[in-house]
This record gives sequence, C-alpha cells and structure tokens, in this order.
Amino acid sequence: MTETAFLPHKTLLELLREDLALTGTKHGCELGECGACTVLVDGHPVLSCLVLGLDVEGHEVTTIEGMSQGAQMHPLQETFADLGAAQCGYCSPGFLLAAKELLERDPSPSREQIKEALAGNICRCTGYVKIFEAVELAAARMRGESAEPAREIVYGYE
Amino acid sequence: MNDANGKKGGELKVVGKPFRKVDARSKCNGQTLFADDIVLPRMLYAKLLRSHVPHALIKRIDVSPALNMPGVVAVLTGKDLPIPYGILPVSQDEHALCVNKVRFIGDPVAAVAALDEDTAFDAMNAISVEYERLETIASIEEAVAKTEPRIHEYGDGGNIHKKVHLEFGDVQSGFEQADLIREDVFFYEGNTHLPLEQHAAVARFDADDKLTLWSSTQTPHYVHRALAKVLEMPASHIRVIATPNGGGFGGKSDPFHHEIAIAALARITGRPVKITLTREEVFYCHRGRHPVLMKIRTGVKKDGAITAMDFQSFLDGGAYGSYGVASTFYTGALQTVSYDVPQYRFRGLRAFTNKPPCGPKRGHGTPQPRFAVEVQLDKIAEQLRLDPAEMRKQHLVRANSITANYMRVGTVGLGACIDRVVEASGWRDKFRKLPYGRGIGLACGAYLSGAGLPIYWNNMPHSGVQLRLDRQGGVCVMCGSIDIGQGSDSVLAYIVAEVLGIDPFDIRVITADTDLTPVDLGSYSSRVTLMTGNAALQAAERARELLTIAVAEKLSAPIENITFADRRAFDVEHPDAGLSFAEAVQLAEAKFGTIGTVGSYTPPPSPAKFKGGGVGPSPAYSYSAAIAEVQVDPETGIVVVERVWLAHDVGRSINPVLVLGQVEGSVYMGLGEALMEEMSYRPRRNLVHKIPSMLEYKSPTTIEMCDVKTFLIEEPDSAGPFGAKEVGQGPLLPIPPVIANAIYDAVGVRIDEVPATPEKVLAAIRDKAKGKEGRYGPKVVPRVDWPEPLRVPTPAQGGDGRAIPREAVHSRE
Repeated sequence: MTETAFLPHKTLLELLREDLALTGTKHGCELGECGACTVLVDGHPVLSCLVLGLDVEGHEVTTIEGMSQGAQMHPLQETFADLGAAQCGYCSPGFLLAAKELLERDPSPSREQIKEALAGNICRCTGYVKIFEAVELAAARMRGESAEPAREIVYGYE
Repeated sequence: MNDANGKKGGELKVVGKPFRKVDARSKCNGQTLFADDIVLPRMLYAKLLRSHVPHALIKRIDVSPALNMPGVVAVLTGKDLPIPYGILPVSQDEHALCVNKVRFIGDPVAAVAALDEDTAFDAMNAISVEYERLETIASIEEAVAKTEPRIHEYGDGGNIHKKVHLEFGDVQSGFEQADLIREDVFFYEGNTHLPLEQHAAVARFDADDKLTLWSSTQTPHYVHRALAKVLEMPASHIRVIATPNGGGFGGKSDPFHHEIAIAALARITGRPVKITLTREEVFYCHRGRHPVLMKIRTGVKKDGAITAMDFQSFLDGGAYGSYGVASTFYTGALQTVSYDVPQYRFRGLRAFTNKPPCGPKRGHGTPQPRFAVEVQLDKIAEQLRLDPAEMRKQHLVRANSITANYMRVGTVGLGACIDRVVEASGWRDKFRKLPYGRGIGLACGAYLSGAGLPIYWNNMPHSGVQLRLDRQGGVCVMCGSIDIGQGSDSVLAYIVAEVLGIDPFDIRVITADTDLTPVDLGSYSSRVTLMTGNAALQAAERARELLTIAVAEKLSAPIENITFADRRAFDVEHPDAGLSFAEAVQLAEAKFGTIGTVGSYTPPPSPAKFKGGGVGPSPAYSYSAAIAEVQVDPETGIVVVERVWLAHDVGRSINPVLVLGQVEGSVYMGLGEALMEEMSYRPRRNLVHKIPSMLEYKSPTTIEMCDVKTFLIEEPDSAGPFGAKEVGQGPLLPIPPVIANAIYDAVGVRIDEVPATPEKVLAAIRDKAKGKEGRYGPKVVPRVDWPEPLRVPTPAQGGDGRAIPREAVHSRE
C-alpha cells in the first residue's frame, strides 16, 4: 500500500515513473500503441499511459519491480533472461507482465494463445520467437515439470 | 596444441555455449537504466520546436513569449549554435537548430529548457516563427528535374547530393558473351527503425568545466566529436556515456540535434537538462532505409553464369546528408560478393528531398540492391529453365578470392546454406508444384562483418579494449562499444572468460563511456563482435601471458605447460598442483606491478585503392540463404508468410542463443519491410509524414510473425575472434526477395516493389487475369547525365585495385 500525492492530470505511467521512481515501466509511444508500459491492475493487463493515476486509487498495481519476490525472480523472468527473449530489454517489462497474466489465466496455453495474448505488445528485436519459447518453458516449469529448452532453441536446427 | 587463438587443447568452455547474457536479468526485472530513467538533482526538461513547413527561409523568430513564461529557464535558437556538423566529414550539413532555413517538417528551430516538461511544452508552442515558403522537392524524379530551389548549396549540382560511376573491367564485352540479357526495374520503399525506446538524453555541465552527456546512442565516439566541434570545447572536457539502447537498428547512429541542444542548455543554465523525444519526433529523426529506384541489367550464360552486371540506383536521401554518401556506395558495393560477377558497372545517385533524412538501417544500403538481384535471378532461372537454388550454387564466389570490385572474400558458406534450407524445406517437392495460392521461394544474401574503413580518415585502431585484473581475482573489461540489445557486452565477457579460464559472470564489463573506455567506433556495420572481439582477445592473451610467467615460476613448471581453466591456473602435466585464478593474479601483480593490458583491432588494408573503394571492404562476409513458404489470397492480395527456413554462415557462434536471436530478429524486420512497413508522405507541397505513430506505421505483431527455422553454418573465418563473422544484419537481406519470389510461385505475379502490400498484389493478379503482364513495379528510371566512369581494371585483367587515371582515359579516346 502506497500513499502519494501527485498532479491529477498525470497518467499512471507518469505517476509510476516520475512520482514513485518505478522506472522499470517503460514507454514507447505514450499513446497506447506499443504495449511497453503494460502493468497489471488487480491482475489485469492495462496500458499505464492511457490510465489516469487517480483511477487506480484503492486498486492493486503490479509493475515489473513487483514481479520478483525479493531477489527471487519469477519463472518468466528467468526464462526470458536465459533464452535471450530480452534483447534490448526495453519492451520486456510489458511482455513479462502480459505473459504473467496469461499464465495465471491459463497454465498451458498453446502457441496460438500465447500469440493472441501478447499481440498488443510490440518487440522490434526478437521477432517474438524467443519470447514465445520463454513463455512456454516458464509455463512448463510453473506446472511443476522439470523442463529444459529443446536443443534447436539454443543451437538451431541441425 | 594451440589453435588459431592460442587456446590450449582447443576445447572451448565458454565460446559456442548458450550462456545467459551478462546483463539479461537486470533487463528482466526493470533495473537496467535507460537514458530516460536517469534523474539528476535540479534537472530541467527540454523540448525542441520543430518546423511545420517542409521548405522555407526563417524570416524571424520571437522567443520572448516563451522566455517570459514562469518556469522557463532558457531558450536557444540557431544563431546560438552556428557551427555545422554531420556524421560524415563530406557532409557537415546539419545544425543543432536551423540557422536560416528549414528543410523538412520536423527540422528543429528552437530549444526550450524549463522546470518541468509541461512548461517546456507550452513554452515551445509560445515561440513564433515567421517562414517564407520555398518550393519543395518531393521525389527522386523531381530532384533530378528541378535544380531550383536548391535544398543545399553543395553536392553534385541542383538537388543531386551525390553521383557516382564506377566500371570494373569491360562490361560491354561481358554482355557480348551473354546468352541472355535481362533488364529489370525495381523500387524499394523507405522504412524506419522504430526502436521501442524513444531517443533520450541527459546533459550535465559542471562548474569545473566538464560536460557529461548520457544518451541512447549507438555511436558515442562520433557524438563526442560532434559536441566538441559545435560547442567549441576541448574533447577532453566532454564525457559521453551511451546508455543501454532500447533498440537501435541504425536509427541512433548519427549525432542528433537534441543531444547538442541539451548540452548547450546545460552549459548556459548550469543545471542538468533532460530531453526525451516523442514517438512522432522519432519518426522525424528517421535516418532510416533510403527509398531506392533501381535498374539492373545482367548478362548470363545458358547455365546461369553471370557475364556482366550493370546496376543503377537512385536514392531518395531526404533533407540532409547523414550517412548518405556511404549509403549510395553501399547500393553498389556488395552485388559481387555472392555470385561471380566478372565485369561490373555501378552508377548511383542520391537526391535531396524535403523529407526526414534517410541513413543507415539494418543492412545499410544493401537490402535494396539485394532485392533487385535476387528477384532478377529468380526470373533468369525461370527463363533458362534452371532450378533457382541449383543455379545460384553453381556460380558462387570462390572462397579466399578478390571480386571484380576488389572486395576480399574469405570463407564462403553460402553453398552449405543453400543445401541446408533446400533439404529442410522440401524445396524439390514444392517448387512450382504447390497448388495455386500457395508458394515457395528462395533468395540469398551477404553482409559485412564490419566496415573496413572508419567514418573519418585516420589510421588508428577501430576498437580498443582495456583489461584490469585485481589481486582479488576481479577482471574488468573496458571497451567503447555500446550494447544495443545484440549482446556486445556479453561477447566481451565470453571472450575474456574463455582466454583466462574464468566464468563470464565473474567479469565486470564497462562500456561506452568516453572517459573510462578506449575508443570503439560504434555499434554499426555489424562490426562489434569481430572488432571488439579481436581487441578483447588480444588484451586477454596479453594478461594471460603475464599470469603464465608468474605461475610457471611459482610452480617451477615450463611456461608452455601452464593453462587456465575453471578459475584455476595449473600445469597440464600436474593438474592438481595449481593455483586459484586470484592467486595467479597476486603472483603476477607482485612480479610486474598492477596488471592491466590493452588490445586493439584494425582491419586489414583493403585491396580497393580507387576513389569510392572505402565502402564495401570488410574483414569477412557473412552469408545467408532463405526459403519462404507463403499463402496468397487471390481475392484480397493478402500475403501470409507461414514459415521461413534460414541458414546463416556465421563463421563461429560466440553464443548460439544470441546468434539465433539475431537471425529471428532479422527475419522479423525483413518481413515487416517486405509486406507492410513504409514511410509515407502527403505529396506535393506539404510533404508531411502521414503516419508518424506506431499504430498507423504498420509493423508485424506476434500474429503476423512467421515461424522461423534457423540453421547455423559454422566454418571459422580466420579474420574473426575464434572464427566468428557477423549475424546482426545479414539474415535480413534475403527476406524481401524470398517473399517476392514465393508470391510469384504462389500466384504467378511479380511484385517488383517493396513492400508487397495487398493492393499491389491484387492489382498484379487482376492485370494478369486481363491477359496483361501480371507485374507490379516501376518501369523506368530518370534519365541522368552520368559523369565519366572511374575505370578500374579487375584482378583478372591484372588490375592492382587502382583506377586508370582520368587523363589516360581521355587521351585514349
């Protein structure tokens, strides 16, 4: 629970970054087009650049800073890091939170369902492939499977 | 036994392994600080007022309404920063703020610093500018036809920025030997990088006369030089720190207005100043892919062997020089490095137009000609009734050879690349055999592993690495390179860890800080892995040498027996009798003093000695082959790319996961260019960007992205560290032509223009149904008076890389 005073016209994005120093939330357009500023409000993905800070009073907001439990990173953060799903890393917080919400909704999403859930987030580096693979691996681990990435994911096809 | 890189036993423990990037976890938990995340005490916020007219003289600027607003601290206009700059020494044509003329919508004319961003924004809008409109130049054709008004007072006449004409060998005789000569015209529309991170920078000027600039730039060294020039400050008083780039792709490679303007604002206000561009402004900064109109004439024998190629390119450069002279040469440089082209002629023209300046985007000047060459080869193969894969394979450039235009080629894995994708895709069962609406195509590409020459002439190294080892076993690598997401920080750590037998995560990497790190020219031209990698290798080997001497003495073992692995130094004959890595450093420090070593890398001299030969040479070329399978809806013209098989000759993967990521990202970016991405302007007088937003500038989402099957071909090239060549840009090159070729296989129409939007595909399908050609694309190129060619005899003709002196050419005629 955080109590803070801020200018009433500020967006949630500005409130987080400028007033609360939570700079992990990124922006790529500030017009609701790129998904980089995605955060979870009461567990649902929201574009923080399109929401007023005032609108989240009394609601639970999850940002990338809150995705880890202390030093323990979320399984999605681990697989994104290990599989190269974060290249420049600028879109990663938004993707991670959108993926987190997906896996809470559906622990075994198909590739098509992952694409659908992440379609509002743009990444210019990865071509999304490693992101899909990281979500699938994290999903498997969160289901309690001791999954390792397939050989072609890390070395390419033979 | 030592391999080429001095590694004992030859077994690699780090190189070639899928290690996590050294900064990966910070990027996944929000800790990585990008430029806009930096906040300093008393910081001001800046905004740039940009021109809303495309071409005009500035008659008057009134800044007083802004200056009088509460909260406004300073306002600058062009007269405050009168010294021009530009990335290339030959085109110093930009000003931080326009001095007396604006050249495109988005050209900055004033800068404001205020206590907060909202006030800066209001103040910016309070400035009034009186313009006297000039006629505009909207296109290549118009620039060629209209010499007045001139956008710039320099160049090759009128609104022509640059004209070049090079002839290697005797093209005419080459055409005489041909069984088939094809002439085709192609157009490749301009598009932009669209990095997720908007450009941002923070400047601080302290009272002790030192300027620090943090900026999301791919080229801190060139920004450093531009700041020193424009601010008239000694470079030694300026520190540029490149922050991790939230995507670059070439779009953050020029020194930018906003960087210089906030540095000046910090100097006059004595307070830190930040600027973050809006997404719309990022579209105006542009420096993206040049729109290029091309005419290609190729002569071939019946078996597809090329006898001669004559290539013309016309580039729409936009309003400033940027990298444009290099871009122009690049549209003619790499046609020769994949298939043997014995006689070759290139004519290139870059036009100035009143649009945002074009520059380098992933593949810099080479995806456009590659599109033309690969689509034309597909047409040639069909005319000769040859399999396009087999035809290409029969005529590959020989490894370790010099091309007609003096590109020195090392390893060539292209044949292996073609084999791999042909086999994996089931090409032989599918090509020209799939049902109507479904198609398969093939195309190839080649790219530099770093430009052989620096941007400004000098004979110093292109990359430097400094290594410091401390007595507790800590290793710090310092290098001017900047990580733009490709993993260059990690590559430094992997290579040093490999040589010193330690874990890459033990290493601290400090990069892209002009005060702390030796110069690296920047993250462009796919140069970083090869060049910084070689520099890091040298620095690490020098450090290992010092440690080896000290350890050998301590263990009373022969020097050649000492090896480093698993954070230990030991005698290979008595592996148990060894020391920890930290103890080895302590012994060396006791013997030699503080342990610090340096490494540097300079590319080998190029055999191309003619004027213009500075663009194209590289220590090594990477190769790619791609096959795409597509579905085309003949009712709508919508193309869905289902899968791409791509094999890339990377020499050696320093880290295969990162290599795959570059391939997949390149396929993605090529897919966007091939199908949808385009810079689009309102025609004629206004020339305003129609779609400067991420919503309307269409780029592929997760839904449009195709499946990618990647194959890595690893034949180490002696030019690269551990044999590595580039991967960041090359795999993009085959994508636009492979999709065009697959569309033809699917519905029998040629889309000789990028992007292949549904409208174009549908128009071609309808034309074909009416019995017409079934082609969408340009038919003619402008008539131009080309200068006399610079004639360069080819190596086969006994040439030495020099041009025949012009006088000799004239006296012979």
